[in-house]
Amino acid sequence: MATARTVTKPVKKAPAKKAPARPAAVKKATPLDAKIPRGPIADKWDNYKADMKLINPNNKRKFKVIVVGSGLAGASAAASLAELGYDVDVFTFHDSPRRAHSIAAQGGINAAKNYRGDGDSVHRLFYDTVKGGDFRSREANVYRLAQTSVNIIDQMVAQGVPFAREYGGQLDTRSFGGSQLQRTFYARGQTGQQLLLGAYQQLSRQIGLGTVKLWNRSELVDVVTIDGRCAGIVTRDLVTGAFQSHAAHATILATGGYGNLFFLSTNAMNCNVTAGWRAHQKGAYFANPCYTQIHPTCIPQADDTQSKLTLMSESLRNDGRVWVPLSEGDNRPSAQIPEGERDYYLERMYPSFGNLAPRDIASRAAKRAVDSGRGVGPLRNGVYLDFSQAIARLGHDVVKERYGNLFEMYQRITGENPYDVPMRMYPASHYTMGGLWVDYELMTTIPGLYAAGEVNFSDHGANRLGASALMQGLADGYFVLPQTIGNYLAPMLNKPTPGVDHPEFRTAEQAAQQRFQGYLNIGGSRSPDWFHRELGKIIWNDCGMERNKAGLQRAISDLLALYEEFKTDLRVTGDGVSINQTLEKAGRVDDFFQLGMLTCRDALERRESCGGHFRTEYQDAEGEAQRDDANFAHVAAWENTGDPMKPALHKEELDFETIHLAQRSYK
Amino acid sequence: MSHLENLTLKIWRQNGPADAGRFQSYRIDSISDEASFLEMLDVLNEKLIGEGLEAIAFDSDCREGICGMCSLMIDGLAHGPQSGTATCQLHMRSFKSGDTIVIEPWRATAFPIVKDLIVDRSAFDRIIESGGFITAATGGAPEANLTPVPKAVADAAMDAAECIGCGACVAACPNGAANLFTAAKVSHLNLLPQGQAERWGRVQAMVESMDDYFGSCTNYGECEAACPKNISIDFIALMNKDFRKAKFKDRKLASQK
Repeated sequence: MATARTVTKPVKKAPAKKAPARPAAVKKATPLDAKIPRGPIADKWDNYKADMKLINPNNKRKFKVIVVGSGLAGASAAASLAELGYDVDVFTFHDSPRRAHSIAAQGGINAAKNYRGDGDSVHRLFYDTVKGGDFRSREANVYRLAQTSVNIIDQMVAQGVPFAREYGGQLDTRSFGGSQLQRTFYARGQTGQQLLLGAYQQLSRQIGLGTVKLWNRSELVDVVTIDGRCAGIVTRDLVTGAFQSHAAHATILATGGYGNLFFLSTNAMNCNVTAGWRAHQKGAYFANPCYTQIHPTCIPQADDTQSKLTLMSESLRNDGRVWVPLSEGDNRPSAQIPEGERDYYLERMYPSFGNLAPRDIASRAAKRAVDSGRGVGPLRNGVYLDFSQAIARLGHDVVKERYGNLFEMYQRITGENPYDVPMRMYPASHYTMGGLWVDYELMTTIPGLYAAGEVNFSDHGANRLGASALMQGLADGYFVLPQTIGNYLAPMLNKPTPGVDHPEFRTAEQAAQQRFQGYLNIGGSRSPDWFHRELGKIIWNDCGMERNKAGLQRAISDLLALYEEFKTDLRVTGDGVSINQTLEKAGRVDDFFQLGMLTCRDALERRESCGGHFRTEYQDAEGEAQRDDANFAHVAAWENTGDPMKPALHKEELDFETIHLAQRSYK
Repeated sequence: MSHLENLTLKIWRQNGPADAGRFQSYRIDSISDEASFLEMLDVLNEKLIGEGLEAIAFDSDCREGICGMCSLMIDGLAHGPQSGTATCQLHMRSFKSGDTIVIEPWRATAFPIVKDLIVDRSAFDRIIESGGFITAATGGAPEANLTPVPKAVADAAMDAAECIGCGACVAACPNGAANLFTAAKVSHLNLLPQGQAERWGRVQAMVESMDDYFGSCTNYGECEAACPKNISIDFIALMNKDFRKAKFKDRKLASQK
């Protein structure tokens, strides 16, 4: 990056990186080239497109592109690539592409349309996202995200996404955490569903036209590299158990996040890290795994058999007020606690953002309220989200119009009616900002292997703002990848590429087969779910909302011990030649173990607090996260060295040319 | 929080499409009433694995009623006894101690059983592929606010678009018809101004594709009662109206065919 800095205060001394002795094996930092285009930030994407190589439409069909995953990023990328003329194969482990977990996003999607005339702009969305990410994201990527946000809304409306409308027929917007503008577009409480179905329908159109081949109930079990390039993947057919190789010129992983590392999370049951982790095993760097997002408003755990937690949209914080009793152990019903004895702690601590403080801050505040003995509900493990004043102010009907389906969902799960009693909420694992390291083109460190959507690390820094995940998935899939992939493929035109008969494919197939047979052969006494639950407890307790050195070291050794047990005491019943969900789960839990250790190591290594990564050793007098920009304004990208205990750390220094690094304040 | 005791589960086990299949009985001694129905099955599966037996295969994913992956006929009712609720959001508080609960897969010719409680619903995807979209290639979209959509229209389209594609409508229908599913998508797109260009072609293509796989609608209305999203059969009337209109139109003027 050669452009002049506009930052006045030198915040980062580049060579002053003489860190104290590190527990992890730190390879001499190889500079990671993010391939940021030339020019001022507002021109970079245009400059990239002006400079990139093009492929003649008639030649595009000579290129096979594999897309793994059919969520917002995967479906939109596959549909757009097929429209351009590429030969596309899509893989999903679900029965249908429409099941992908993007579907569960509730609240909305941000875009810098400024339809409200409230002062929004591309720059402001860019700034809010970088600040929301606690200044740990790559400026150029985030700027492009803000630029394309505008096109996303146009695209999705053209596809028939039934966004909420004003009476005049114009699009409606609302506010969301971490922003003081109303830039969030929504479709009731099912924005993710409607956007995903939009992308799924575009994908279906291509499948119907025969330009995309769909492989359903088919799970990636390995990534194959030949001569340093990604040559394709190996999959396992979940119905027959058969392993199969697939060769392609380029492969896109759009396989989502790893929030299920915590076992209990708002992620769907089948969300897993396997695709990303297998790519990591084959040489793709894994960046910032410790940046995990704990969402503040989820329904608290009710009992020990619970399999997952349910998110209640952040949009509820627009009108709901968060509080706990002022005094410890106050077990009166909420209605009997007078106003003066309630602590509306978010409004008290963050008067300018109030209940719309960003997720990491709201989550920590909730944890502290519960830890202080002021938790509510039968297990005293929640805080109130109270709509009584909103109902009094707006009327029952308006509240129902805005949040009706969320209220119904809450009632179905808890048996309580939120129109009468306040909701109870507690934070839960929800999203992972970390993921495969990618450059500006969304290519991983393996040439020809791309990562899009939540599986990459790119745009959210250390904390993601609400309504930004949908934006990123669609930006990556509709507007970024269809451009950048051509730049990689163009020079490969008419050159031979390895097919599935290459020995590397055979080797990978056999290794995968042995791995899965291995799970069946152990014959121990504990199910994969049991291990997953125990693994999740370790991560939640020691690498959750608050972390510290001793806890993280303990977590690593506990994980190692439990992983040894997993390898010798796992029990998988059934066979390997028909649907066997226990076997599928075993493979996923295996990868979670390895990721868990890397996550704790990354958290240990990052000796600062930022966004979702909060080290208790690094906080200011008011308990807010204390960043260390001099030493940690970088992306931590981990390389697999073959020894899981000694991954190698590479750093990508983050240059803030446009934005002034500042303490994040929402007070 | 309290517990339910002594539940008997009669669960359909079938080792593959070719297997005849049979009911097998299982016992749950005690389960929290806060547990969801699928968590109760998780507990049972853990117990089975502990005994060295194969777990019962069933589909589920988001467990918050939106992905449409879960299914199950519970005591003969698609998604169980609670109306407007997918199986994953059904909780054990809907049952009582001592109950015998019969659990089956969706039963429909168009949804062949893959294993145990899992069926193949890909016929739904084929219907969408035949026309359940608006052709709008990436990149060429006009400014979003250029075309106003009256709120009432957007709301009606959204009511239809809420369909989660779970297949309960087909499972509940004595004819195994998919008219509610198909009508929901036809209506969602045909109501919107953006969907007008392909309106008449869409409804014909989708209805014809639907007829390739599914039975015919005779207005039982079971689909609406079973739908976890309460999608109205009024949409079937709308689809039929559009289909009839499309057939009367000169096909050369229709956008497709």
